[in-house]
Amino acid sequence: MSVRDLCGEAVAGVATRPSRLALTTLGTVLGIAALVATLGLGQTAAGQISERFDAVAATRVVIEPAEREGPDGQVDATELPWDAPERLGRLAGVDSAGTYAAVDVGGASVVGLPVTAATGTLENVVPVAAASPGLFAAVGASLRTGRLYDSGHDERADRVVVLGKYAAERLGVNRVDSQPSVFIGNRAFTVVGIIDSVDHRSGILDAVVMPMGTARETYGLEAPEAVEIRTALGAAQQVGGQARLAVSPNDPDLLAADVPPPPGSLGDNVSADVNGLFLALGGLSLLVGGLGIANVTLLSVMERVSEIGLRRAVGAGRTHVAGQFLVESGLVGLIGGLIGAAAGVLTTVGVSVVRDWTPLLDTRLAVAAPLLGAVIGLVAGTYPAWRASTIEPIAALRSG
Amino acid sequence: MTPVVEMDGIGRTFTGPPPVEAIRTVDLTLEQGEYLSIVGPSGSGKSTLLHLLGLLDRPTGGVYRLDGIDVRTLSERRRTRLRGERIGFVFQAFHLLPRRTVLENVELAMMYLRVPRRERTARARATIDRVGLAHRCDFDPLTLSGGERQRVAVARALTSEPSLLLADEPTGNLDSENAASVLDLFDELHAEGLTLAVITHDDAVSRRAQRRVRIVDGVLA
Repeated sequence: MSVRDLCGEAVAGVATRPSRLALTTLGTVLGIAALVATLGLGQTAAGQISERFDAVAATRVVIEPAEREGPDGQVDATELPWDAPERLGRLAGVDSAGTYAAVDVGGASVVGLPVTAATGTLENVVPVAAASPGLFAAVGASLRTGRLYDSGHDERADRVVVLGKYAAERLGVNRVDSQPSVFIGNRAFTVVGIIDSVDHRSGILDAVVMPMGTARETYGLEAPEAVEIRTALGAAQQVGGQARLAVSPNDPDLLAADVPPPPGSLGDNVSADVNGLFLALGGLSLLVGGLGIANVTLLSVMERVSEIGLRRAVGAGRTHVAGQFLVESGLVGLIGGLIGAAAGVLTTVGVSVVRDWTPLLDTRLAVAAPLLGAVIGLVAGTYPAWRASTIEPIAALRSG
Repeated sequence: MTPVVEMDGIGRTFTGPPPVEAIRTVDLTLEQGEYLSIVGPSGSGKSTLLHLLGLLDRPTGGVYRLDGIDVRTLSERRRTRLRGERIGFVFQAFHLLPRRTVLENVELAMMYLRVPRRERTARARATIDRVGLAHRCDFDPLTLSGGERQRVAVARALTSEPSLLLADEPTGNLDSENAASVLDLFDELHAEGLTLAVITHDDAVSRRAQRRVRIVDGVLA
């Protein structure tokens, strides 16, 4: 009897009793579904928890030029392209991106011209920086007053600036509705807004920030220093992997991507306690499910005594009979596992949709769950299969 | 030619309590092509004799040679194999698998004899045709009449080309018309040279056989 025959007989044995199959698999379905949903929701919840704590850090990717020593000892370097934000904007998972650079103003002092200051002008050493319009979104800047410059200002190289809040204090600027100016050397720049806070690059709060185009035009800025990327939740690792290639397709190795560590360890600990309880419940229902399979398979063996006897009479050995019932119960377990895994995944996704979470599920879990069901079925089937194998063929003639 | 069945002083005692001597001393020889009926009232030991003949049970005494093979010393595995290859069973209750087609039922025995799949189907179709049920190949046995079911069972028993066809009350569940169709089939198979042993309590059935033996209280009369 070939394996194919054995499986064929087992499938027929299960398939000819569909209503019984449904009842038998119920326990396994519930158990596997509980396990998958518990683990899935655990992973999902862990993801949400760590996202809540780490959302700011977990969504930041920074690209900077790196150095590489060439084979002949010379140091290769690369420059970030001006259009890096546009290139990165095409990547999936990138919410915003912008370039940043400090601007060398050649020692010119930055002077505020307060309209109402009785004491005259305030003079301070204030750093000057340049940023593309997208940078403000990428670093999570929020405005205290006024507005940010836009790509139009950038393209026209307009002499506009936004001030970090500390820079604004030093320069004596606190309102922008009267379009105050600051002077860098002898050049006047119109202040369009004041930034109240940023998530990253807190140096911006101390600086006078002008558009990239303005810095290029006015101060001959050669290249951006860094690209700040804000990604969608959970996309940082992926974006980090792709960003260098997107920015510098010819020489991605000459760029360094600063990527947050993958989420996980924190959330795992937080949810471990909760998971323990549900895993215990899932395990319990699996045990019950296994007992259910064992019970029904045993019942099935008793019911099919005449079939077993007949098979034995026409030449089936004990191992054939045992094998058939073993494969049947394994099949029942596998079917229960498949349905249960599907139900567990659906539950995870359903709950995630309702709670507006991002469902996270280890794909290995979805594969392992049906196999676990099959193993449970096989284990549950051992005793009934052994019982079936001990049935004497005489039974076939006696019963019926 | 070697006789199909040679039983020499066969006995079968069931260990008690109390011990029962179902078969005392049976000497029985069945030549190739013979059509034997074994009659006896219930409790006479005819079922036990059938089990012994069909290698479903081991005698507690005596010698049994099937096709010249001494089966007393065979291992369980060898006995099972010999049974599958050399003996075809027909039961009173048909014992067809429900919700499997007639063809699948007839193929069943060959599966355990490791007949290749393609050959199995061909042989099964030929045998089903032989018992006159070619048009019923894809039917569920539950939809067939009793006589048709028993003919399917005969077809199943014939696929292994057995040395001996053992029938246990083959007409017990059939009305007279269906019983006649099955007995006619037995006659035809006998005419083709098949060795048959039919166990029955029904004189009308046993009279169809070429040779009759009566068993009473575990002894052939």
